[in-house]
Amino acid sequence: MNRHAIRVVLPYHLQTLAKIGSEVVVEFDGPATTESVLDAVESSYPMLRGTIRDYVTKKRRPLLRFFACGKDISHEQPDTLLPDALLSRNEPFIIWGAVAGG
Amino acid sequence: MSSVRVLVGTAKGAFILTSDGKREKWEIEGPLFAGWTIYHMKGSPVDPDRIYASQCSDWFGQVLQRSSDGGKTWQQPGGEAVPEMGAMPTGASNKFVYDGDAGTHMWFDGTPHPWEFKRVWHLEPSPTDSEIVYAGVEDAAIFRSDDGAMTWKELPALRSQRGSEWQPGAGGLGLHTILLDPTNPLRIYVAISAAGAFRTDDGGTTWKPINRGLKSKYIPDPDAEIGHCVHRLALHPSRPDVVFMQLHWNVMRTDNAGELWTNISGNLPTDFGFPIEVHAHEPETIYVVPIKSDSEHFVHEGKLRVFRSRTGGTEWEALTKGLPQRDCYVNILRDAMATDSLDRCGIYFGTTGGQVYVSPDDGDNWSVIVHDLPRVLSVEVQTLP
Repeated sequence: MNRHAIRVVLPYHLQTLAKIGSEVVVEFDGPATTESVLDAVESSYPMLRGTIRDYVTKKRRPLLRFFACGKDISHEQPDTLLPDALLSRNEPFIIWGAVAGG
Repeated sequence: MSSVRVLVGTAKGAFILTSDGKREKWEIEGPLFAGWTIYHMKGSPVDPDRIYASQCSDWFGQVLQRSSDGGKTWQQPGGEAVPEMGAMPTGASNKFVYDGDAGTHMWFDGTPHPWEFKRVWHLEPSPTDSEIVYAGVEDAAIFRSDDGAMTWKELPALRSQRGSEWQPGAGGLGLHTILLDPTNPLRIYVAISAAGAFRTDDGGTTWKPINRGLKSKYIPDPDAEIGHCVHRLALHPSRPDVVFMQLHWNVMRTDNAGELWTNISGNLPTDFGFPIEVHAHEPETIYVVPIKSDSEHFVHEGKLRVFRSRTGGTEWEALTKGLPQRDCYVNILRDAMATDSLDRCGIYFGTTGGQVYVSPDDGDNWSVIVHDLPRVLSVEVQTLP
């Protein structure tokens, strides 16, 4: 089974909540998908559970967006494979708050 | 010498204000949880160093924080890092899941709307056990934790009181008031905007609406059993059957635990408002802050006035010394007023303009503790030995 290490960029409020910097690396086994990245983030930082996805449905919170390689992947299926650039750690998996200005 | 600790929740963080018993000089600590909305903070009456805080965000949802050292350090109960990858955390302090099939309540336009958890409006620690705490949430429900906020369980019978007909108030369908009867651990009063007031006498197994005597002109049946926009309830611990209410319009009281309410608005300049509080040592002395109207959510005539009744209502006097009496257009939200229990009772309130005021003498004289906080959502006071 493949073991992956993925860079994850988190928004400011989740950085302060988890007491981490803007970027972390999470490791996990199996296919590299949005779901597996988020599972690994929540496993490494349990204080973030419920802040990115709904506890029960596991749906993305409405005002959060996911990006990879400059592309909005928020609406892709959670089991869609992530781009190779994330597996090589050239690009991060980005979690951003939507409607950030104003 | 006694001291006080004031817990202030704001739209952009929490602040802790401390002073000695004179309540003249203040230390301001904060912002804690900067940038997050702190709906409410409250300390345990059993262990004052145990403080619970409701932290939330439209983006990131609900977080529960707990301090065991009087607010110096905080933790998310159950949110601690686990010792090894893949291990499960011990709790889920921000997991609020309605019991069973949540069903629907009524939306603003009268159509059914799914019950959705949004945030914790109010935290009410038990007067006898620092590990027990209740949470009033939006969409309206009451949850209880027996493990210091690590896990939560709904008391679902409340929503069986025609919850499918409950409709949100302007601020949402929030359960904002929880009063625990200090003489009877099985009795709890709650209030919901805009469903009304409810009471349990068996620890939450069953509930009943307690809205008889309320008249709300803005609903189809002004005397309806449910549907009243109750803004706040308050009681004195020595007389838990006597409850005071700031209704949307009208200030009310009951002398029989909510079986019948009577109007005590009396000579108030306007009887719309949000907070209501009872003096710590005088059960018939109560305080409200009249707001001009439900269309104009600011104080009446540009004057910030607290009104006090020493007769349990009906006869009110304006308290103005030290409060702005011109060009003031702030609001005081329902959870943003509190009292201490020092010998001359201290009265505190926070405004939507970011000021926190104190009166160290029952309301006779006022001064501002801090001017320029973010919008104040809640104020609680701890009287420390």
